[in-house]
Amino acid sequence: MDNKIAYLLRQGDNALILSQRLSELCGKGPALEEDMALTNVALDLLGQTRMWYSYAAELEGAGRDEDKLAYHRDAHDFKNCLLVEQKNGNYADTMMRQFYFDTWHYFFIGALTKCGDERIREIAEKSLKEVTYHLRRSGDLIVRMGDGTPVSHAKTQAAADQLWMYTGEFFKYDAVDEAMVAAGVAPASEPLRAQWLAHVSDIFGEATLTMPSPDAWMQKGGKQGVHSEHLGYLLAEMQFLQRAYPGSEW
Amino acid sequence: MSKEWPLWEVFIRSQHGLAHKHVGSLHASDAGMAVNNARDVYTRRNEGVSIWVVRATDIVASSPGDKDALFEPSNSKVYRHPTFFPMPEEVKNL
Repeated sequence: MDNKIAYLLRQGDNALILSQRLSELCGKGPALEEDMALTNVALDLLGQTRMWYSYAAELEGAGRDEDKLAYHRDAHDFKNCLLVEQKNGNYADTMMRQFYFDTWHYFFIGALTKCGDERIREIAEKSLKEVTYHLRRSGDLIVRMGDGTPVSHAKTQAAADQLWMYTGEFFKYDAVDEAMVAAGVAPASEPLRAQWLAHVSDIFGEATLTMPSPDAWMQKGGKQGVHSEHLGYLLAEMQFLQRAYPGSEW
Repeated sequence: MSKEWPLWEVFIRSQHGLAHKHVGSLHASDAGMAVNNARDVYTRRNEGVSIWVVRATDIVASSPGDKDALFEPSNSKVYRHPTFFPMPEEVKNL
């Protein structure tokens, strides 16, 4: 049971932190339409966060709700993967982070729609439509930027290279993941990784980008609560009000 | 050359709608992106829609100066307005 709660929280943390990052761009998108799309994705992810957290809180039965989980935990309690907490950078950085995440998310959520846990299956089914759209959009933009001007190509390639080391964590399973695989909930790592690599490779081919080596060294730690220096600042901003006025109703 | 993306007009048919209605416009670099953007900007809250996008430059509008010649409905010639016929119940949406 503890493993399942931990697993649910990880999914919620991934969605919440990425949603927070995308929300930072509200009003700053490169075009009005992009601005709306980014905030739409942020809202989708926030909705998914709430479903993961609610289920986790229910299983935990310790009186924590979605808000407590989001606002009353510190950086080391968050188990999101390192990729989602990376800074927005330029638009190529933002969209590459999104594309790497969406590709994983799409295959991952797709696999969860067939998992053994009914509640998780429901969450996955609700999310899959959104995630399918996210992936379609971010893949499309990667192709446009990669196969755009020499400058956009260079920026997109730089983003691809820079964020690559954070992508290994999706497939680096620990005891919690393995327990969930054994319980028939989580998809096995290797097939998921193969799907991820194949899709990224397809899109990079179309975008005239060079895919970094799948065997490159990969950063890890997010799932264990060991984060990059960015998460603390993100949480300080996100949690400020609840920390200043704990327990206030809103 | 303008750095601005071209303007597209967006027409949407809602789930139970019979025809596409003009809902607004947006900027996008090509048709594919215009459809994506239209989805984000105009269809977020109702599923099951059909979207048409068309380059604003491809639309030809009537001139306001031609209003009388084009739209004068000949109200004095009552035989031009076939409103005297009873319609069968089954005929909907006429």
